[in-house]
Amino acid sequence: MIEFQDLHKAFGAQPVLAGLTLEVRDRETLVIIGYSGSGKSVALKHIVGLLHPDAGDVIVDGRAVSTLDRSALTALRREIGFVFQFAALFDSMTVSDNLALGLRRRGLAEEEIAGRVREALALVDLTGTDERYPAELSGGMRKRVGIARAIALRPRYVLYDEPTTGLDPVTSAVMDRLMVRTREHLGGTGVVVTHDMRSAYTVGDRIAMLYEGRIRQVGTVAEIQASEDPVVRQFIEGRPA
Amino acid sequence: MIERVGRGTVRAINAVGRFGHFVGDMVRAVPDVATWGRLTIVQMRRVGVDSLPVALFIAAFTGVVLALQASYTFTGTVPLYFVGTLVGKTMMLELGPVLAGLALAGRVGASMAAELGTMKVTEQVDALETLAYDPQSFLVLPRVIAGTAMFPVIVALAILTGIVTGWLASVVLLDLSTQEFIKGLKLFYRFKDTWFGLFKSATFGFTITLVGCVVGLGTRGGAEGVGRSTTQAVVYSAILLLVLDAFWALVLLR
Repeated sequence: MIEFQDLHKAFGAQPVLAGLTLEVRDRETLVIIGYSGSGKSVALKHIVGLLHPDAGDVIVDGRAVSTLDRSALTALRREIGFVFQFAALFDSMTVSDNLALGLRRRGLAEEEIAGRVREALALVDLTGTDERYPAELSGGMRKRVGIARAIALRPRYVLYDEPTTGLDPVTSAVMDRLMVRTREHLGGTGVVVTHDMRSAYTVGDRIAMLYEGRIRQVGTVAEIQASEDPVVRQFIEGRPA
Repeated sequence: MIERVGRGTVRAINAVGRFGHFVGDMVRAVPDVATWGRLTIVQMRRVGVDSLPVALFIAAFTGVVLALQASYTFTGTVPLYFVGTLVGKTMMLELGPVLAGLALAGRVGASMAAELGTMKVTEQVDALETLAYDPQSFLVLPRVIAGTAMFPVIVALAILTGIVTGWLASVVLLDLSTQEFIKGLKLFYRFKDTWFGLFKSATFGFTITLVGCVVGLGTRGGAEGVGRSTTQAVVYSAILLLVLDAFWALVLLR
């Protein structure tokens, strides 16, 4: 289970998270929605210790992330797969090397690594792209390789940072399907950060809206769709102020 | 005015603190040999092979110019075989390490800052961390070790090239015999001349690569930030290199 406990984070004089409190239950996919710049990605990066909170903490299975030493943080990161907004593939490596890098760190045999790379690429419908470089792939393919890199690790948690941003509607729908398929395959817990409501309704068990650094409302997809909160309504309907 | 000075001082102290923190993290990553060992070989090849042509090119012309300038200065007053002395001493003690160092600050330091800066702004460094790698052992240590180890090799070859072209210029253009050039070369030679130049170049290699990594990994703000980091890496490296040059002369040559 992942718990955000009264998380505060500011960049300079600009507060981004101002007391974020939220719980991600085991084996659910929680979608965090919110306006651009509302701190969704910042919240996600606190889970893997890429950012350090000003106050409060994120607790992952009883471990307070900001208090972990280097080796404990490394151990935690081995349980988490992170899918970056723009994939963040290593551009000097081929697709298969991108996938293998994390697996090598886990000390797996080369034979098992090759098997997992094949399996992960098949799961995202990219079989045969092993020897291509990221620059030779489209934006959508890069994002799928990003998912494959995360799931090849067979993590307990998968975190998705804006997985459909910048994609056309059809490719976005493909990404949604892949996230659902990934969850069925791994059976783990997922946190998805997005402002794409169609994607949120498709992949989420529950949806939480982040607004002004705090959770404005959290509930099932049906509860959010029926929300009477004017801020939530405005956002999910995409109405300008 | 006072406010501006105060703000500048705080910024400078912060920068020193961040640098100290960075070096501390780098030292803590040293036991992770499994990660940086293999990558260091790759970096040594890149630093060495990629830098050699520019270093040798500069050294070759420096040797010729040194011989000609020495002959011009000595005319009629100092025996001409001192051309060999001046070419050898100057290449070993100063121009070999410093000119190659400055050229490599532009070649190696800038390319490291640009590469790491691009990785930083495209979240590749974050991705490394989420894959349970320490960027210090994956990115920084291989580059710093490769720079420290390879710079003396590059500089040794540059010194050799400068002396050879100085000798060729003396024989062809100054009518100095090979025996006289070698006599001059040997005249005031001390073994310290060699190790001083090579030791100095190792510290240059360490500094240039460390600055490239610090500046590169501190990049913010997209393509513009990468451009800024690249320029900063060259400027800081060049300044530190000249300061180090004076420091070692003060400490080791007095």
